[in-house]
Amino acid sequence: MSCYSHEVPGGAGWSLRVERGRQLRLAAAGCGVCVSTLLFAAADPLERLNVPDTLKAQMSACVRPPMVLMSDLGRALCSVTGSSLPWHDAISGHSLDRHVARFGPSDYGADGNGWRRSARSLLLDELAVLGLGRRDLHACVNWFTKVVPDERGRLAFASGHASAGDWVTLRAEQDLLVVLATAPHPLDPSPAWAPGPVRISVGDAGPPAPPDDPSRVFRAESARSLELAERS
Amino acid sequence: MTLIDTVVAAGDGWIGEIPAGARLRIVDLHGNQAVDTLLYDAHDYGNRYSAVDTVREQGGVYLTTGSALVSVDGDVLATIVEDTCGRHDTLGGACAKESNVVRYGHHTRHQHACRATFLRQIQRWGRGLDKRDVTHNINFFMNVPLTPDGGLSFEDGVSAPGKHVELRAERDILLLISNCPQINNPCNAYHPTPIRLQAWPT
Repeated sequence: MSCYSHEVPGGAGWSLRVERGRQLRLAAAGCGVCVSTLLFAAADPLERLNVPDTLKAQMSACVRPPMVLMSDLGRALCSVTGSSLPWHDAISGHSLDRHVARFGPSDYGADGNGWRRSARSLLLDELAVLGLGRRDLHACVNWFTKVVPDERGRLAFASGHASAGDWVTLRAEQDLLVVLATAPHPLDPSPAWAPGPVRISVGDAGPPAPPDDPSRVFRAESARSLELAERS
Repeated sequence: MTLIDTVVAAGDGWIGEIPAGARLRIVDLHGNQAVDTLLYDAHDYGNRYSAVDTVREQGGVYLTTGSALVSVDGDVLATIVEDTCGRHDTLGGACAKESNVVRYGHHTRHQHACRATFLRQIQRWGRGLDKRDVTHNINFFMNVPLTPDGGLSFEDGVSAPGKHVELRAERDILLLISNCPQINNPCNAYHPTPIRLQAWPT
């Protein structure tokens, strides 16, 4: 298996397969990066990321190391092995067309490959290539962004949370299908269309999670989810 | 005229259509009972309730009077028009046998769970619904506080016997309910109990 990296420009979509035991590294290659990401089990995409189960099992309002991202079958999809950021949003969904309408009308004819599309539009394009569609959408992780609830549950988007060079690493705990879009976060108030690019690198993660792996010892729930994935 | 007036037993479910403009009342008959709820556009099941779109569009994580229940396409399926409880969760998801194993251990694998009820009800309903249509739901009467430092917990319910929540259907909707059988956390006070569903036309 080769190690490779690929830069996804801002405002684009991509999908890739990541085999079990491989590392997926996302690095912000500019400012204003948001990577809205859907995760599926490659062997059966009916098994997919379940954000509520992931958050409630690990008592967290966001995604951060060393949490395990869990499928609807309770099985670990991947572990968040490291990040320069302590918070990645997973509770506010991806952008719809109505969120990018404020940047003005845009199409290929007028703007070429820089045309402004929502994460929804980009994700549906990628899902369609894979034979998946609208019914396969689920709550995503918005890497590199932070949306904070206050004591009354009111949400605030943290502007400037990430900058160029920030990164997150994931270890695939089963074979994954990763579908992502780099459109702006739906709550990002920036007046200008300036979604940042992300460099995505796939390489070896080293040996499978040992008994003292940070994700395994994080919580009993995380360990059980890893164990369920290892049964297959 | 009453469209619906039924009691849903603990661990049981309900599925059916609610016409646009009708009001649906869910009564927590005995208190502290989580009612896992999903909504669909009755004419386009792919346009279904979305917890994250609802939370984002209202700029807050808890549901109460005035909350618009938003679909995956950003449409308002229903609005909460009355709430004597004050706070409902939509980020905690539903219990499933598989997630119970993760949360509580292998001894819970064969306990009844909400997803089993959801799947039973949609199989009974048919019309092309399948597992991928069972997504992130509302938990009426359930209390899942989030904190500014990124914490999340399941707390004792804020509901009490006789408290209710009332929705107005903003379009024809399909309503899917699981009256939660969870016995491993405080969401049902460790004792699941019946609820009452009532609906009236405009």
